Amino acid sequence: MEFGLSEDQKLLQESIGRTLEKVSPLERVRQAAEEHAAYAGDVWQALAGLGVAGMLIAEEHGGMGMGLLDAALASEMLGRHVAPAPFVATAVMAPLALAGAGSKAQQAAWLPKLASGEAIAGVAVSERAAGAREGAGVAASSDRLTGTALFALDAAGADVFIVADKTGGLHLVKGDAKGLTRIALTSIDLTRPLGELRFDNVEAEPLSAGDAGAALKRMVDAGRVMLAADTLGAGWAMIEKAVAYAGERKQFGRVIGSFQAVKHMCAEMAAELEPCRSLVWYAAHAFDTMPDEASLMAAHAKALTSETGRFVARTATEVHGGMGFTDLVGLHYWFKRIGLNRQLLGSPERVRHEAAVLQGWAAD
Amino acid sequence: MDLAYGPEYEAFRAEVRAFIAKHGAKAPRRFGVSRPSEETQNWQRLLIEHGLTARTIPKEYGGYGAEPDILKSRIIAEEFTAAGLPMGIANQGISMLVPTLLELGTEEQKKKWIAPTLRGEVVWCQGYSEPGSGSDLASLQTKAVEDGDDFIINGQKIWTSTAHAADMIFCLVRTEPEAKKHEGISYLIFSMQTPGIEVRPLKTMTGHAEFNEVFFTDVRVPKKDIVAGRGQGWFVANATLKHERGMLGDPNQAGTRLKEITDLMHKETMDGTRLIDHPVYRDRLVALQARVFAMQFHGLRLLTAAAKGEDPGIARLIVKLQGCELNHQLAALAIDALGEIGVLYEDSPHLRAQGAWQHRYMFDLGLIIGGGTAQIQKNIISERGLGMPREPKPAKA
Repeated sequence: MEFGLSEDQKLLQESIGRTLEKVSPLERVRQAAEEHAAYAGDVWQALAGLGVAGMLIAEEHGGMGMGLLDAALASEMLGRHVAPAPFVATAVMAPLALAGAGSKAQQAAWLPKLASGEAIAGVAVSERAAGAREGAGVAASSDRLTGTALFALDAAGADVFIVADKTGGLHLVKGDAKGLTRIALTSIDLTRPLGELRFDNVEAEPLSAGDAGAALKRMVDAGRVMLAADTLGAGWAMIEKAVAYAGERKQFGRVIGSFQAVKHMCAEMAAELEPCRSLVWYAAHAFDTMPDEASLMAAHAKALTSETGRFVARTATEVHGGMGFTDLVGLHYWFKRIGLNRQLLGSPERVRHEAAVLQGWAAD
Repeated sequence: MDLAYGPEYEAFRAEVRAFIAKHGAKAPRRFGVSRPSEETQNWQRLLIEHGLTARTIPKEYGGYGAEPDILKSRIIAEEFTAAGLPMGIANQGISMLVPTLLELGTEEQKKKWIAPTLRGEVVWCQGYSEPGSGSDLASLQTKAVEDGDDFIINGQKIWTSTAHAADMIFCLVRTEPEAKKHEGISYLIFSMQTPGIEVRPLKTMTGHAEFNEVFFTDVRVPKKDIVAGRGQGWFVANATLKHERGMLGDPNQAGTRLKEITDLMHKETMDGTRLIDHPVYRDRLVALQARVFAMQFHGLRLLTAAAKGEDPGIARLIVKLQGCELNHQLAALAIDALGEIGVLYEDSPHLRAQGAWQHRYMFDLGLIIGGGTAQIQKNIISERGLGMPREPKPAKA
């Protein structure tokens, strides 16, 4: 029995962290956000160079053939550095959809390009994962899609989209397909692009070589674990920034970090967030090796980390006093990242309801 | 990550299961609050003999003498919990005094006290806290003055669990009044039958006397019954407290509670609807379930670190704070799910689970305070875990 990371996993995580420190410092994040860039191409290329883009893609398609726990460790680092990178949809959800329900031809056409970082994949499954808001939903009819998909992930620069229709069927749509209108949605978090996709009788290839329903469930589970891991990383970065700030800022003749009121805020953040790490690891490990537990644990990891993330985001900002509220220190990038992660792919109440359904405690 | 235990451990698990199948019926129904009953002592002896408790304590001191193996200990705990069987006796003598003597006691002290303590024949209480010395334990005032071969003790202790039933006490006293506050303390062990000791039960909010006040008036104790020498008491006590904090906030207990609440909410109804079918109560249950899982996996992580001899740092420091609070929140949900039934107590009709939830809800508040209040735990987490500065000492008047 061993509940922990291997040496390889620790090294991998450290090397991703080091790379991000170099290629995605706060100035780069700020620049990408101010440009409303789809994502920072240089950041993604550097990560792709480490194999991050192809972590979950089989070696035969040019990927690393790793597990979701490895991807969670990468995601934690991306959150830690608020990296403007198309990771969740491009490197995790789309490859899982293609591997689970794509044909050999679809896999061969897209997986190598995704693995190398040459192509970006958007994923539009919000209506199935977070619930359809008014007017949203895509209908499929004889390989054509019509309707609106909201909150598509990694949307702005995507070369290809994986789209879930109202019945849970999955479709592959090319980014330049005729009749597809892409509208960037400005969110609080400008480090990752969200999009609205409008389909007017758009040509689509169904992903029907495998069980699309099962593939959809897997990609949503995986996406939830990634968002939880991202919040874990962002949350810990905020705690460390708060501790550092409290160790420098003086008031009443003392550093504020020596006041119990401030120390206790920091201790509470750490005490609440650290158990989330174990839950995220377990959820990722369950996804890889214990399919019966995967969905429940993904839901729990998403909900608990989101709740804790919100607490950490506000408390760490508070520890910074007025500076935390300004744009000067840039702390808000982490705050917003955590805020976005919370709502995407199902907010806490929604995923807790799913957790209850999975255990037979509530009707669907 | 490899959550499988492997063949050696699964074979060990089979042995534990075989023991449970053969002997499970001999387990005591009730443990007795303070003094182990004869039935309990028999059970304890059987467990020691089979290496299921006191497992790693050397044979010459009455243990089983196995090599330390955290995973085997966990397997024992898992199997006993799954079978709904009580483990061996858990009291302060076994959890705190025995490890302390093993680490710091003389050969004579080890030979004399460890075996009967393990068997539940000698019951101990812990004389640390005083009315004026709780969180600031090192400020304690109970005095021990030299007189020939003895110390003469005067003073008062408080929050002394099981003092009314204890044979012996392990006690912190000030032996060097001139020394700095941490350096003037010694750790003595002596009989509760010694003349001059008076025990007064301290009734708590639960309505029971879970603690006592202990008064010492000219209590004469042989000097040789000191552990680790004069002025070493603070060092000894910290070795002991480490064991106490390890016990508090146990995630397995949270798992058992979660299961009990889930069962309760499936049975209990309000206006004819089961509580589990009320979305608000159900949401609270699911939210707490995530926290219970997180703490259980956190426990596995710490276990792995301990087995590898790694220091998990802040991950270890948060267990008492989080675990105690989580248990309290679980009890709070059960009380809310019970509604007005949740306020009934003692011999009231309509009680569920013999009032266990009401008792736990109140008793847990004591655990949040005891063994270092939540605020003290937060100081530890921020200072030792996050490296934040200590509160400056006030200037001397």
